[in-house]
Amino acid sequence: MSGKDRLAIFPSRGAQMLIKGRLAGAQKGHGLLKKKADALQVRFRMILSKIIETKTLMGDVMKEAAFSLAEAKFTTGDFNQVVLQNVTKAQIKIRSKKDNVAGVTLPIFESYTDGTDTYELAGLARGGQQLTKLKKNFQSAVKLLVELASLQTSFVTLDEVIKITNRRVNAIEHVIIPRLERTLAYIISELDELEREEFYRLKKIQDKKKIIKEKAEARKQAALLAGQDLADAANLLDEGDEDLLF
Amino acid sequence: MALSMAVKGKLISVIGDEDTCVGFLLGGIGEINKNRHPNFMVVDKNTPVSEIEECFRRFIKRDDIDIILINQNIAEMIRHVIDSHSAPVPAVLEIPSKDHPYDASKDSILRRAKGMFNPDDLVR
Repeated sequence: MSGKDRLAIFPSRGAQMLIKGRLAGAQKGHGLLKKKADALQVRFRMILSKIIETKTLMGDVMKEAAFSLAEAKFTTGDFNQVVLQNVTKAQIKIRSKKDNVAGVTLPIFESYTDGTDTYELAGLARGGQQLTKLKKNFQSAVKLLVELASLQTSFVTLDEVIKITNRRVNAIEHVIIPRLERTLAYIISELDELEREEFYRLKKIQDKKKIIKEKAEARKQAALLAGQDLADAANLLDEGDEDLLF
Repeated sequence: MALSMAVKGKLISVIGDEDTCVGFLLGGIGEINKNRHPNFMVVDKNTPVSEIEECFRRFIKRDDIDIILINQNIAEMIRHVIDSHSAPVPAVLEIPSKDHPYDASKDSILRRAKGMFNPDDLVR
């Protein structure tokens, strides 16, 4: 028992109470952490299935966007360089909000439009309709991708947190609680041993007292047999002596 | 930090082939900052991998970028850099390009989910 891993603590009633309190605390903490891990896991699964859904959707949306780009190019002619050279300010920007799941903050991205369209006049000569369609397609793609990005960010964050939480749960379950239990068992066994020692000592003392008493009794008996009147001898002390104070 | 994040709108950046970049720029995400640094990078077949890596690292370091979109075939080229980026922000999204279909099993995020879900199920 003593060779095993346990806390170095002096076995006493006080220490026993202390360890008992800690064990109860550890068990409570274990339960709470387990609940947290479960809550996170539920959320995690939800996000994962959403990610998969959105990723497949993204494939379709991107295909459509690419197709409309080809369409626009076909009608307008090559405008790649014009677009690449005329970049100024972003029209679509991202705001981030915070979401709280079991004490874990997850960033949620949200796209919003501000400012004017830099390419407002693109396709004015020809292919305007195709270009408008192209812009719309890519804007919806961006919206989807922003959504996907927030899902993905939550996914990464949750993944990390779940790992940490599970590690804690396992550490408490497999290291801390057994150690406390072993310490408690050790303290109880030591206390029992002390009690047994105490009991044995008391027994021994009783035995000794008995022997002494028996011996005294025997001596008394022997004296009586020898013919001395012990009662008279005792009475001698009680003689009225005026000067005797004690 | 949270306050400043809430106040200022962040950007989406793109690393991709010409068509992907042009498309997203038309969608209205392109921006050139005061130092004349664009938030997109056009990769063609002559672009060296080191340049893509450097660009990706630069985008990660910039604090006005929250999302990085990258074509999956380009992501494959700099996979080690993407895998070493583990922070949640900026989020790196792999998107299909025009001439490379999307392969879910290569996605660095979905690969982390492996074990919970079979990657073959992901494409469905």
